Amino acid sequence: MASLAVSGAAPGLRGAPFTLALIAVAVVIFVFGRWFDSSYAFFIGYVVVQYIVLGTAWNILGGYTGYVNFGITAFFAIGAYSTVALHKLVPTLPLPAMIVVSGVLAGLVGLGTGYLTLRLRGVFFSIATLALAVVVQTLITNWDFVGGARGAYVLRPKVAPLIGGEYVQYLFLLMLGMGVIVLATARAIERSSLGYGFAAIRDDEGAAEASGVPTLKLKLIATTLSGGFMGMAGAPLPFYVTYLDPASGFSLNYAVNAIAMPLIGGTGSWLGPVVGAVLVGGLQEFLRVTISSAVNVLVAGVLMVAFVIAAPQGIVGLFQRKR
Amino acid sequence: MTALLEVAGLGKRFGGFVALESIDLEVRQGERLGLIGPNGSGKSTLVNCICGTLRNEIGKVRFAEESLDGLSAHERTRRGLARSFQLPRPFASLSLAENIRIPLLYTVNARATGHLSRAAIDARCLELLGEVGLAGKAERLPRDLTQIEMRKLELARAMAAEPKLLIADEAMAGLSHGEVDEIIALLIRLNAEGVTVIMIEHIMRAVMEFSQRLAVLVAGRKIADGPPQDVVRDPEVVRAYLGE
Repeated sequence: MASLAVSGAAPGLRGAPFTLALIAVAVVIFVFGRWFDSSYAFFIGYVVVQYIVLGTAWNILGGYTGYVNFGITAFFAIGAYSTVALHKLVPTLPLPAMIVVSGVLAGLVGLGTGYLTLRLRGVFFSIATLALAVVVQTLITNWDFVGGARGAYVLRPKVAPLIGGEYVQYLFLLMLGMGVIVLATARAIERSSLGYGFAAIRDDEGAAEASGVPTLKLKLIATTLSGGFMGMAGAPLPFYVTYLDPASGFSLNYAVNAIAMPLIGGTGSWLGPVVGAVLVGGLQEFLRVTISSAVNVLVAGVLMVAFVIAAPQGIVGLFQRKR
Repeated sequence: MTALLEVAGLGKRFGGFVALESIDLEVRQGERLGLIGPNGSGKSTLVNCICGTLRNEIGKVRFAEESLDGLSAHERTRRGLARSFQLPRPFASLSLAENIRIPLLYTVNARATGHLSRAAIDARCLELLGEVGLAGKAERLPRDLTQIEMRKLELARAMAAEPKLLIADEAMAGLSHGEVDEIIALLIRLNAEGVTVIMIEHIMRAVMEFSQRLAVLVAGRKIADGPPQDVVRDPEVVRAYLGE
């Protein structure tokens, strides 16, 4: 088979070998980080990989299935605030367990949102997800247990469990692990029946139904996966920032970046959000340090507009064979 | 011959507008039925109600001795009821082969009877495209196709679902004389293979050539149903088309 629109990358590794390759890359990155031994590098690395996870999660619904979700912060913050709540309830619970719980909760919210909103199409769906972000933010702001509008402090242990060294290294390692899981899932979806079903929905929902595609069920799978992964990406955040308030947890930056990065990298394949996150995330960090901490938002916005106009298939699309 | 499709007392309203009023229609196994009517007479609405794209408020649809009430469109497709769309609606970002792959994955493989392997699906995609003369363009995107090729893709995708009944909704609108003949030949060949076909069409030459029986819808009501030669001479049908 020649190149397929759903999977932008040329035919290559798939399934277990792909996952093993991802793990190998993650291990190399982590070992290199330990050797480089700069906590600043780990802090940047965490942000970039977080955006890979967030962008890929958004892309499962937005890129593969064609439903543009503006409510990223809702799912992301549900993940983050689950950690805050769990940390208060069961302080001894290890972070990976919190990540799993966060993912499940955000996934359930994704499923519920799907049920309520997926009969809406196009821009109406997007507006509904925007409303979801506002609703969740209002609820969290008024929930005293997790700090309400005051925000909540989460004390970060000094030393990382299992691996030793600074705690941020542990956070980075967990985020890398999530990156492997999310990318392996995205890659597996691309060429599966599920991926073809998603693509059919994206192209023409009525024709998809007429071809036997159970569109509602597939869309619910997409919202659940997408929401769950976004929640997982948000789960370590309280430990990363140590102080979380609604204004930072629901920051527009997360939403803008999670949409901009797949669009810039290319929404057609798993590789797009990765390229977008590394490029835009890296550039933002560079500008934050060299020019100003405010300019990085501008970068995502300008690049997104530029790519939508000049290269709607994203960077990955530029390298794809023209058919 | 037994009735494959039974529509009984079907009615559909859009607000205060009555689009279909107590339609009764039977299609026998293996039959070639033509369905005609002026623009806005409710032909496509009837198709949409039969296929589950629209829900009819009143009346029943039975298919292969099974009630279709409450079933969604994809469940009806899986039961063997396929349609092509009036304006071709290909999956624009997928290649032609992948367009065919969707119904193979979600209809044929979703049935208890069939489970095609990956290789079998690839082969079947090419075979189906070959039947409509598009095998050479299997890896192209739908945007590279001409109008008639687009119609053929639409039919091939409907055929991929291995339907018992195919509803071809104006598969020939806008095609040239020769192209119309091609599509008629294709539909007759399908029918010879055992697929029951309902053809909705404005091109009377095609309808007369194809149909064994003709039903006429006017303003949401069925005003005639019978042998094509008789139906076209029916005074009421003539009045509906030509006025008095």
